[in-house]
Amino acid sequence: MASSPDPVSASIAVRVWRGVADAGEFQQFEVPQQPSQTILDVVTWIQRHADPSLSYRFACRVGMCGSCAMMVNGIPRWTCRTHVNKVMQNNSLTIEPLRNLPLIKDLACDMTVFFEKWKQAEGHFQGASTRADKVARLSPNSPQRRVADAATECINCAICYASCDVVSWNADYLGPAALNRAWSLQNDERDTATGRRLQAVAGDGGCHQCHSQQGCATYCPNELNPTASIAGLKRQVTQAWLRGGLRKRHD
Amino acid sequence: MTEARLYLAQRLSAAIMAPLVLIHLGVMIYAIQGGLDAAEILARTRGSLLWGINYGLFVIAVSVHATIGLRTLLREWASLRGTVLTLLCWLLFAALLTAGLRAVVAVVGLP
Repeated sequence: MASSPDPVSASIAVRVWRGVADAGEFQQFEVPQQPSQTILDVVTWIQRHADPSLSYRFACRVGMCGSCAMMVNGIPRWTCRTHVNKVMQNNSLTIEPLRNLPLIKDLACDMTVFFEKWKQAEGHFQGASTRADKVARLSPNSPQRRVADAATECINCAICYASCDVVSWNADYLGPAALNRAWSLQNDERDTATGRRLQAVAGDGGCHQCHSQQGCATYCPNELNPTASIAGLKRQVTQAWLRGGLRKRHD
Repeated sequence: MTEARLYLAQRLSAAIMAPLVLIHLGVMIYAIQGGLDAAEILARTRGSLLWGINYGLFVIAVSVHATIGLRTLLREWASLRGTVLTLLCWLLFAALLTAGLRAVVAVVGLP
């Protein structure tokens, strides 16, 4: 049985963005401090005890689903795994919706464009085998599989997308998550759409727009390195272009 | 595949510039040890095919490299696109190339 939390010794001054992008403002709340309290706990406390009209998004609460990312004191974070005592400044928190995404209301962003860019980057697996075929045997130790694995644990939280300045400057840029996904698939030996995917990531909003500022790698909660993945895509595109492979569609 | 071509052109131009800058700095530091004035430097560079190629190549590489970098700035910070962006970039390239080649002609003299 879980022990009850310690008596409240202090409260946190929390500023929360309310409203929509063009017509909103920060609202101040006093939230009781609890042991092992996460930012998601703070937001949930506000909705349950102070203002039930507060809108936000979460699902798993354990860092797997990627739903609950928000800006906390100006930095994009997965709120369910971010402890208050690690990010609080002078007993205060400022919680805003994720940067670079259209706002629905309060702390809930519209993720449509984020996932549309996954599609534009050909971020889906395309195989050649059917249900009737045997399961492919892959060596986890092959160099190519290691590269694919290094990029594969993305939870689609859009923290990298929110941290990327190029996304904020160039609305066409596919962004770190979609390009990281493309890189993972480019190194999946079962995938059959590598030529088409290279075309997709070499276009106007593709991998070449990345300035290697590494905000994505700095803030990725799963410690992935989309900058390195994008650099890999640049290498592949260059090699394909030098071989003449980008001028015609492969598949 | 404009972006892929420009990416490669910017890397190639950087690879050309790097050794030429080192040659420029190295020779400059070496040559002024005993004291040289502008006239003495020009006396050595005028009519030199080698210096003409060195600085001519450098100016071409700079013009390509800088224009591609400025194109990115114009896209991201001024939101320029399409024909306007392309024309402006060609103008920038022409301006950099003209100014640079004029300087090369002044240093090595007309053939």
